[in-house]
Amino acid sequence: MAANTEALERHIAEWRAYVVRGRGMAGSDVEELEDHLRDEIGALTASGLAADEAFLVAVKRIGSLNALSREFAREHSERLWRQLVLGADDPGGKSPRTETAVVMVLAAAAAVAVRLPELFGLGLGPGSEEFYARNLSLFVLPFLTIYLAWKRGLGAAALARLLIAFAAAAVIMNLYPFQLQGQTLPLAAIHLPIALWLAVGVAYTGFRWRESSERMHFIRFSGELFIYYVLIALGGAVLSLLTAGMFRAIGLDAEELISRWLLPCGAVGAVLVGAWLVEMKPGVIENMAPVLTRVFTPLFVLVLVTFLATMVWTGRGIVLEREVLIGFDLLLVVVLGLLLYAVSARDPLAPPGLFDRLQLTLVVSALVVDAVALAAIAARISGFGFTPNRTAALGENLVLLVNLAWSAWLYSRFLRGRAPFSALERWQTSYLPVYAVWALAVVIVFPLVFGFA
Amino acid sequence: MDINKDLVAASATPLVLAILAEADSYGYAILKRVSELSGGRLEWSDGMLYPVLHRLERLGYVSGTWATSDVGRRRKYYRITQRGREQLDAQRRQWQTVDAALRNVWSVLAAHATPDLLPQEC
Repeated sequence: MAANTEALERHIAEWRAYVVRGRGMAGSDVEELEDHLRDEIGALTASGLAADEAFLVAVKRIGSLNALSREFAREHSERLWRQLVLGADDPGGKSPRTETAVVMVLAAAAAVAVRLPELFGLGLGPGSEEFYARNLSLFVLPFLTIYLAWKRGLGAAALARLLIAFAAAAVIMNLYPFQLQGQTLPLAAIHLPIALWLAVGVAYTGFRWRESSERMHFIRFSGELFIYYVLIALGGAVLSLLTAGMFRAIGLDAEELISRWLLPCGAVGAVLVGAWLVEMKPGVIENMAPVLTRVFTPLFVLVLVTFLATMVWTGRGIVLEREVLIGFDLLLVVVLGLLLYAVSARDPLAPPGLFDRLQLTLVVSALVVDAVALAAIAARISGFGFTPNRTAALGENLVLLVNLAWSAWLYSRFLRGRAPFSALERWQTSYLPVYAVWALAVVIVFPLVFGFA
Repeated sequence: MDINKDLVAASATPLVLAILAEADSYGYAILKRVSELSGGRLEWSDGMLYPVLHRLERLGYVSGTWATSDVGRRRKYYRITQRGREQLDAQRRQWQTVDAALRNVWSVLAAHATPDLLPQEC
């Protein structure tokens, strides 16, 4: 009997080792399953089966481990090996070599696209800034969309629908009679990428963009792409400096080469390469965004609280300068980013902790600071009227304010145990289209309303 | 009898919630109860219960706690929350509607199958 138990323990240990290798399950999942397995074995041996037979039957009843770890991965999609689990036996999977080739071709295509206008006398440099401002996002985002659509196995029809959005954007940007030196053109140029990022998101989620979890994946993808992009850009800067230095050493000026080729081609190509890296190696910097949020959340809380305290202490109001409104918009964007990536990386089942309180403090203090700024700005607008810049900044402020205010409410409910964390997650993911719609309004409606000024 | 997979999946949430509304429980016991309630005819692949439980936990319908079981192993126990009870109520109303509709159509079918109620076919 003792030998029997020992053999059974060995079987169970082997089984556990095997389950742990299946990547969808974390330690506590395996423990829970093992408890189940032991109950089942106990019941079966009690009904007369030998230990080893009972083990086999119990394992069989648990079901196919492959299917099971996939189920677990799907449910716990915040565990990012999801891609690995789902990709491993995904029949539509792309071979890494083909993918490398596709990315390189698309990156090269984007590089060519950004240099092509020069053939028509629109070289980079003075005189054609306006052309590039209108079209910058169109040089790179369509290629990124093609890559993601290919990666997700979307058909030609689906891809065509997405590309129509880019074509429409190109038509609007180039046919609108923007006034030179006006405010509506720069505004449209800044907001177009935000609006088109929605099309990228639709491709990224493989048209399953209605699902909250897919949107969350897209948020993570965006954050990681941003981090990769910054890293590549830093590397590119080093490369440019070295290139310039080396050519200077042999008495040649490489500035032309760098500013006309290396910089623009690298800037657009890096978006593709960055996206590819995020897709290929979700494990490498999957923890970057959460680590950055952990570092900067306390720092921002400190700064904001100090700022508020100083304002109360000294009785100083906010001095309204041109950039103040934009500055406060940026503050809200950063706070929202910190919140978003903390949310995306958080285990939704973990109980409220110190960091959650800190996060709530951050959001609330940002809201207070912003309310003070808004009051000052409202006074200014009522005095001096609306301009495109002021209206855009004010609109953005409201869009962000609504999100943060409701987030603070949901967060406080979560801290008081009144709502699950997933409520906050769902709020963030369902708010995404609002940004795109607002950006689209700035691109399409603003120039008409303000007479392209 | 083989019950359609979609049907099994759709009934999993109300079944698990209802069983937990009876009493707090854990995975193995929940499966035993499902089998009892269905006279052994509703067969789940055992492991699949756990992703379902974890989903319900994430949605805040149940809460799970680890405790030591009577046999001395660590075991995760689940308890239904207030939200879970509300969800169970909602699900019950939906299933009752479906059930009522099906009952009606079954009785109509049964009536059609009786020849003396169908004079035009006589």
